[in-house]
Amino acid sequence: MPLSVLAVDDSRTMREMLRLALTEAGFEVSLADDGEHGLEVLDGMAPNVIITDINMPIMDGFGFIEGVRRSAEHRVTPILVLTTESAPELKMRAKNAGATGWIVKPFDKDKLVDAIKRVAA
Amino acid sequence: MDSMADIKQTFFQECDDLLGELESGLLDMEGGDGDSETVAAIFRAVHSIKGGAGAFGLDNLVAFAHIFETTLDEVRADRLEATPDVLSVLLRSSDVLADLVRAAQNDEELGEEVTTGLVEELSAFVGEKAGAPDEAAAAGGEDISFAPLGTAIDLDDVFGDLDSVEESQRFIIKFRPMPELYANANETVLLMRNLAAMGEVNVACDESQIPTLDVLDPEGAYLSWTITVQTSNSEAELLEIFEFVEDDCTLEIKSEELPDDTIEPELADDETIPAEEEASHTDVEGGKDGVTSGDNTADKDNVVSLAEKKEKPTATAQASKEKDTSDATIRVNLGRIDRLVNLVGELVINQAMLTQGVFDAGLERGDSVEAGLEELKQLTREIQDSVMAIRAQPVKALFQRMSRIVREAARATEKSVHLVMEGEMTEVDKTVVERLADPLTHMIRNAVDHGLETSETRIANGKPAEGTVSLTAAHRSGRVVIEVCDDGAGINRERVRSIAIEKGLISEEDKLSDSDIDNLLFMPGFSTVSKVSNLSGRGVGMDVVKRAIQAVGGKISISSQPGKGSTFSISLPLTLAILDGMVVDVAEQTLVVPLTAIVETLKPMPSDIHDLGAGAKVISIRGEFIPIIDAGISMGYRTEPTDPLTGVVLSVETEDGARAAVIVDSIQDQRQVVIKSLEENYGHVDSVAAATILGDGRIALILDVDSIIDRGGSAVSFHENSLAATG
Repeated sequence: MPLSVLAVDDSRTMREMLRLALTEAGFEVSLADDGEHGLEVLDGMAPNVIITDINMPIMDGFGFIEGVRRSAEHRVTPILVLTTESAPELKMRAKNAGATGWIVKPFDKDKLVDAIKRVAA
Repeated sequence: MDSMADIKQTFFQECDDLLGELESGLLDMEGGDGDSETVAAIFRAVHSIKGGAGAFGLDNLVAFAHIFETTLDEVRADRLEATPDVLSVLLRSSDVLADLVRAAQNDEELGEEVTTGLVEELSAFVGEKAGAPDEAAAAGGEDISFAPLGTAIDLDDVFGDLDSVEESQRFIIKFRPMPELYANANETVLLMRNLAAMGEVNVACDESQIPTLDVLDPEGAYLSWTITVQTSNSEAELLEIFEFVEDDCTLEIKSEELPDDTIEPELADDETIPAEEEASHTDVEGGKDGVTSGDNTADKDNVVSLAEKKEKPTATAQASKEKDTSDATIRVNLGRIDRLVNLVGELVINQAMLTQGVFDAGLERGDSVEAGLEELKQLTREIQDSVMAIRAQPVKALFQRMSRIVREAARATEKSVHLVMEGEMTEVDKTVVERLADPLTHMIRNAVDHGLETSETRIANGKPAEGTVSLTAAHRSGRVVIEVCDDGAGINRERVRSIAIEKGLISEEDKLSDSDIDNLLFMPGFSTVSKVSNLSGRGVGMDVVKRAIQAVGGKISISSQPGKGSTFSISLPLTLAILDGMVVDVAEQTLVVPLTAIVETLKPMPSDIHDLGAGAKVISIRGEFIPIIDAGISMGYRTEPTDPLTGVVLSVETEDGARAAVIVDSIQDQRQVVIKSLEENYGHVDSVAAATILGDGRIALILDVDSIIDRGGSAVSFHENSLAATG
């Protein structure tokens, strides 16, 4: 079974890059455009790892992470935050919301894949 | 989407959208309509551009987007008020950002001077604020994590490999997780697995803190571990494994140098290679015992119950996927659409030929073939409309580009200008939109440079200091009309006239109406400004604008009121490919008259026709006298005028309101025809707009009503032209 990954990002470019990088690494990739869409897509699937951006319209990454953690099914699904932000207080906020890890964009493909493997059960 | 090159393409497309959002958001703010969501959207747009640019190593773009974004963040956090001054800098920044994107797209490098000034202005906004040191620090940190990051890591890897040959170290790690570690879905067993992938691992678990079952919190964290790792990796790399959990545990890493004579490390390396590969399937050697016992069982239970729940909701997943596609948009290569447009054009011709064939076969009225044909006609029309709708684009993007032109022109001329846009959502064929950019740019520049007065003059004339240029688009009777209007001084007709005389365009005695004088602006080589300003005086006159607009089948007209301002209006066809036309016979030739030009058709009565001397005739239509033009003579098909009473009169009107009664022999049909350009295939012919292929395969010329009226019906040297014979 390949690892399945849900990636949430409002930038089409970033989504395509994630899709490319993760598919090449042999993951099964689902994509969503923002937090709210992410929760919709998540309803009914069980990815091994979730990757999310922070700055998004409609529902941002914090809201998304909290939403994921609220559902019984995804309480322990690892969530990696992938963002250009590196401010410690934002990192803390994401962590308090329930994020598993934090990766700064632009991502190094190998490092991202490595991080996914690292947190995937 | 399967390669980075494609994604880069996607990135630039996305940039176009984002830049559009950015500019319209900023303009909303300028107009006082911006709320916090507008600011957030603006910020996100710049943020996304920066993110993508970083991914492609576009350092210039990243650097500028970064300072821009930092300033926007200040606005977003209400630390910086969006005053007109701030907005003006932000708008100019968005222009420069667009330039940088464009340059990156074309693999060009813009000089630093493009950004330096703005970077200073932006930095000034950020620097003055109380939170500045923090921001600067964060910014610095972020910069470091951009492009160089990947390289740095690669180097580490390289050195790591070198190290592995040379030396290996023993680390002793003391690790005690806190409950938060598990709550955020981190997992001790995974950390162990990753450590095990680095070398030989020995794990000892301390279970002494496990309470009795009655007080045990199933989600608590009671175990701690002491891990000994024999590895060639550095301490930093070990720390990296704990990167995500360092705040949620107590962690202590000590290194122990090994004696030089040991050869164990290399062996250990060999052994751990399979361990690494299998890590995701099996438990870790050495770490196994300690890890699978104790508090992890609680999580294990969770995992099992999760697995059961996984199965059910696949149906909803399916549903949500379907929902995704329903409101999705796709981007299609323009070439494919053009091909489709062409094919539909052929289909229209083919359908017309079929209709003709059926007609010639002499079927009875009400025959089922006729009914089917009627339906086919309907369908063809619908397909055609749908295809045209694909090509149609709102003029919004074009208009937004103009707001930048206004800003730049205003700056260059030191005038204060306000741009009003209306009807941005009006849709026009994409080709038309693209080809309008240059002429419209020039018209806007003219409006600011020549149209508007300086603030001082305006105030002296009792006008508001700020000039207004308005740009509007609207559908008007099957055409799109775009108007550029300024509230400046209007055209100085005395000056235009004297310049025209000076340049020999007209003679002193010529009597010209106001509209004639205004139209002198469109004469080749005409320029009203004696000094060449750095804006408009680029050798491009209104005659070039006029030609560019005519090239897309448009007309340009001008109206001006002294002291009140001028309006240039462009009227465009909705599409360049197909035309509704009336098929008429003239001297045994078939012509097509564009339906948009025809007001009405009538059979004249003898009492309606009046002679006006010298062979000129007028017709009275409801009390209005309209000059009669014989299409046969205009086209050079015959030299003797026909009797208007034997023909049919088409009352036509041009864009600027000139009317004429065109006499033809008879009307055949009214149908859609596919426009085949004469210019492209043959050359320009006066009075002929284009040609088309009729249902019976014959070629018919499409009449250029405007040019016929302009020439007042006088014959051109058309008969010298081999084109006179059609089909």
